[in-house]
Amino acid sequence: MKQLEEKVFKVIMIGAAMIIICVLIYIIGTIFYKGLPSLSLDMITKLPGGGFYLGKEGGVLNAIVGSLYIIIGSLALSMIISVPLVMYINFYLPKNSVFSGLIRFSLDILFGIPSIVYGAFGFALMVYLGIRASLLGGIITVGMLIMPIMMRSLDEVTRLLSRDLPDALLSMGATKYEMTKVIIKQLMPGLVTATLLAVGRGIGDAATVLFTAGYTDNIPTALNQPAASLPLAIFFQLGSPVEEVQNRAYASAVILTVLILILSFSARYFSSKFSKNKI
Amino acid sequence: MINATGQMRIFTTDPVMETEKHAPLRKLANDISLRIEDLNVYIEENHILKGINLEIPEKSITCIIGPSGCGKSTFLKTLNRMHDETPEVKITGRIYVDGENIYDKGINVIDTRKKMGLLAQRPCPLPMSIFDNVAYGPRIHGIRRRKKINQTVIQYLQYVGLWDEVRDRVRTSATRLSIGQQQRLCLARGLAIEPEYILGDEATSSLDPLSTKKIEELFIKLKEKYTVILVTHTLRQAKRIADNIVFMYLGKIIESGPTDEFFNNPKKQLTRDYLSGSFS
Repeated sequence: MKQLEEKVFKVIMIGAAMIIICVLIYIIGTIFYKGLPSLSLDMITKLPGGGFYLGKEGGVLNAIVGSLYIIIGSLALSMIISVPLVMYINFYLPKNSVFSGLIRFSLDILFGIPSIVYGAFGFALMVYLGIRASLLGGIITVGMLIMPIMMRSLDEVTRLLSRDLPDALLSMGATKYEMTKVIIKQLMPGLVTATLLAVGRGIGDAATVLFTAGYTDNIPTALNQPAASLPLAIFFQLGSPVEEVQNRAYASAVILTVLILILSFSARYFSSKFSKNKI
Repeated sequence: MINATGQMRIFTTDPVMETEKHAPLRKLANDISLRIEDLNVYIEENHILKGINLEIPEKSITCIIGPSGCGKSTFLKTLNRMHDETPEVKITGRIYVDGENIYDKGINVIDTRKKMGLLAQRPCPLPMSIFDNVAYGPRIHGIRRRKKINQTVIQYLQYVGLWDEVRDRVRTSATRLSIGQQQRLCLARGLAIEPEYILGDEATSSLDPLSTKKIEELFIKLKEKYTVILVTHTLRQAKRIADNIVFMYLGKIIESGPTDEFFNNPKKQLTRDYLSGSFS
């Protein structure tokens, strides 16, 4: 009986693992199968030409650059807020304080808010502030979307950090700020993981940028200009009745996927470089 | 843990008075430099340290022994005010370091911690190179001159006998050292801040016998310049290196005195029971 239990559970576990791998392969396979034939150098180096949405020449460079601008901007924005907040609730507030509990609870709720709600909120905020659909609007809204993700995952790794290091630093007479600087170094891999999660979520999200960043065939040159993005490029092209344009949507999806892969690998590479002295 | 008979005895013999004063420990060449008066520590509702009065002579090794949970580590942490970091800890009483009560309002906690070098139970190298580990303290305490820092780092790495082992790789990560080397590095790091006291919180309990021996030898060398206060739960270690012993039980000091006297002629029944291993 015990052995049967063991076997059944093993089968379930292996099955679950296989399902995950198969789903991933299926998704990536479909995208590449449909997208690769339409993927050309023009796609990633050219702006949409005159008849691009009718199947004529051009590319989605506007969306690639727009997406990168938005994600880099919103990452910077959310990092500026996440890192101090996580340090504050972990090292400045007493353990189990009511306030840090409240902050974590708020983050959990923000985490669960659907991206379209952020989009609507961002839009309302922009109307209130009198900003048009622009790169800045997109950065702020995507920033709001990824901030709780980043904070929560950074908070988790920070909480796992043993008390030895902060105690060692404090007992040497370091101030809390000096202590925090060393701890951030130690947390670098965690920060990279948090960033990766945030990028994965932020770069692929269409709903937040739909109203806030707008869409344009040009590359924005200032924060108050609208910016295109890859998810919206996919969305618009997939909605086209022209088959060639539909296929380009899959090509855009390939570009988005590869972009995320490149970001992940480079982030991991830099993280291992920065953390060579970690414990 | 206390065995049944031990527990019986504790309540039938020798009730320790809360305010009992302890005789000063054996004076060595120098005077008392650390005086603890009526120290009480509460963690939430629990009374952890109960009316501690103690005088610790300068430039000697004082070992604090006692069973687990008797408040040894809590006591040690009161000396460098590490309890400041946990708000549920309440402390009353006075600790005089060089004539100044470190719990006075005007005292800067950073200055106190600078005076008290702590060697923790597990070595915890900072996530940086060997060199930067030792240089960290002087740097945060305002030393900028590269030459001075180089000098300090080499001096203290030599002092703990690590320089010859690591001279070719001082710029590599400190985490690649063996655990015994790490502990000596942590000691060098603490010494580089130029403290007056060395506090050791079971500093050898995670080390192998050989590394333990090295650290113990360092403690003996250290007492020429520093006042060393060690918490240990190996009686043999206390016997080997201590000048004075303080025996604590359930948050009180039961007995204290010079090492040979303490081990050969303990005055209290509880001490005799502890030394004979009736409880530990």
